[in-house]
Amino acid sequence: MGDTQTSQRSDDAPLSTSKDDRREQVRAALVDPKGDTLVGKTVTINRPRAELYAFWRDFTNLPQFMENVVSVEPVGEGRTHWTVKAPAGKTVEWTSAVTEDQPDQSIAWASEEGADVANSGRVEFRDAPGGRGTWVSVTILYDPPGGVIGKVIAKMFQREPAIQARRDLRRFKQLMETGEIATSAFTRQQHEEEM
Amino acid sequence: MRALTWHGKHDVRVDSVPDPEIINPRDAIIRITSTAICGSDLHLYDGYIPSMKAGDILGHEFMGEVVETGAGSTLKKGMRVVVPFTISCGSCFHCSKHQYSACDNELPADNQDIAQPIYGQPMAGLFGYSHMTGGYAGGQAEYVRVPFSDVGPIVIPDGVDDDKVLFLSDILPTGWMAAENAQIEPGDTVAVWGCGPVGLFAVQSAFLMGAERVIAIDHFPHRLELAARFGAETINYEQTKTYDALMEMTGGIGPDACIDAVGLEAHGFFADNVWDQIKVSTFLGTDRAHSIRQAIVACRKGGRISMPAVYGGFVDKFPLGALMEKGLTLKTGQTHVQHYLPALLNAVMEDKIDTTFLISHRMPLEDAAEGYRLFHDHQNEVTKVVLKPGMDRSPNEESRHGIQ
Ligand SMILES: NC(=O)c1ccc[n+]([C@@H]2O[C@H](COP(=O)([O-])OP(=O)(O)OC[C@H]3O[C@@H](n4cnc5c(N)ncnc54)[C@H](O)[C@@H]3O)[C@@H](O)[C@H]2O)c1
Ligand SMILES: [Zn+2]
Ligand SMILES: [Zn+2]
Repeated sequence: MGDTQTSQRSDDAPLSTSKDDRREQVRAALVDPKGDTLVGKTVTINRPRAELYAFWRDFTNLPQFMENVVSVEPVGEGRTHWTVKAPAGKTVEWTSAVTEDQPDQSIAWASEEGADVANSGRVEFRDAPGGRGTWVSVTILYDPPGGVIGKVIAKMFQREPAIQARRDLRRFKQLMETGEIATSAFTRQQHEEEM
Repeated sequence: MRALTWHGKHDVRVDSVPDPEIINPRDAIIRITSTAICGSDLHLYDGYIPSMKAGDILGHEFMGEVVETGAGSTLKKGMRVVVPFTISCGSCFHCSKHQYSACDNELPADNQDIAQPIYGQPMAGLFGYSHMTGGYAGGQAEYVRVPFSDVGPIVIPDGVDDDKVLFLSDILPTGWMAAENAQIEPGDTVAVWGCGPVGLFAVQSAFLMGAERVIAIDHFPHRLELAARFGAETINYEQTKTYDALMEMTGGIGPDACIDAVGLEAHGFFADNVWDQIKVSTFLGTDRAHSIRQAIVACRKGGRISMPAVYGGFVDKFPLGALMEKGLTLKTGQTHVQHYLPALLNAVMEDKIDTTFLISHRMPLEDAAEGYRLFHDHQNEVTKVVLKPGMDRSPNEESRHGIQ
């Protein structure tokens, strides 16, 4: 790496952990990026790469661990229609298309024209060092509903995408490693109210 | 069902609450036959542990009979089991290394956010011990929901009394791991701060692991007597200067290993304690850490510190220099209970470790609030309170307990 590179990148840390704004570089790494706010997160899951890829690739599985995703319906040609909880009891919807698909390695998607919240994302599956299973890294770009105000409101409702993504990834890990999602509810009614 | 619930500092009550139900496939429901009040519960009782909510059901030392199982449980109805206080999934990286109390998956995803900013990673999931540890309902109740019941609970053979095996749930493996973390070598002198249940099991374990001498430190004569019964020499820190005595009793070298079995509520009129207490009471929030400071300073050069004692936050005046300059090793952690259960159950069945000596009080669950008060106010006489949901309430409670 020559000196010319250092202004861009002088270490090996992921772009999402940079102190500076690295959105442009993240966008450049995505096919057809949508949205401007960046969320990035990695989690280690003690399962083989192929199994995790296959589970994620069937987008209709995602509501099992993505708490605010109400449903993902296939609408043909590899496209899916998403219904997602929004603050104040509302929902937002969009149709997504797969923009990258490398079996057992990565999947990327982007919302189509007319989305309530323009967004795009990418999930990457890499072998974790030391035989610890798989590193799952998710990058999400989105346009917060109603701009900054929308983000503030979303935060109040704890559905701020950064928090949501972090918690969703933990649930994905729980589901894949243990076959269930941890809850401290002790009656079924309590459990339903949590959902 | 009936259950002991937390409502605030020094306010616990036996209330009627809904019965627990199977929610996840690996769950089991246990009907509690015996459940103990722990020294750690007193930290909740005294209001030291954050993220408690009114109505939380306490209790993390319990056993009972399996009454219902989910499709993924390996338990069968009617089995008698002791349940570890730590909840562990058995399938994550940490569980595969038998670091069960560091399990990744037992904490609900949202609760993981509570401790992460302070500790860097989420905490262990525990029964009945605040929302930071998962918000799981505890076992000071008639029934409890046990997640991952195929990994945690150990089945107890018929004919073995509850009282003999109940402490496998926490304090016996905790005392054992405390001694293991002290990496005892033949000829060693081991000093143990605190002769509560954890300290007393650490004393027994240290001898079993080959310690030549154990020196036990407390200020309650009865608790020191129990330690002496297992062969320990004793120091009453109210009458004796602990550091000076330890130096004299080890020919000026200091103990080879020091075990802190006291924790964030260390008692005593020591300058550092007073300072800690002022900070705690003015919400500057540092732990009262007298015993761990003293253990580090007293320990011989190149020695080992084992700290089963619970600390929650930050500590002032921590003798980091002594730790470094003397080249000490410090090992600690919530107990990896599941790792120790099979071997310890055998040791108890073969009478290598005495467990029942500890129980000073048996009471019905209905009297649990009284049990807390007794344990809190009379630590000399009250070494362990075991609650029995099935037990009849006697009309003259007080006289049976012998102290008011
Ligand atoms: N690591 C774990 O997984 C785990 C599990 C259970 C308990 N614990 C912790 O272990 C500790 C002990 O538990 P316990 O049930 O035996 O508690 P306990 O309260 O019954 O015993 C503590 C003893 O320490 C004595 N003590 C107080 N100040 C002292 C001092 N300055 N010097 C020497 N002794 C002093 C008290 O008199 C008391 O006898 C607590 O902090 C508890 O939270 C940890
Ligand atoms: Zn305990
Ligand atoms: Zn685990």
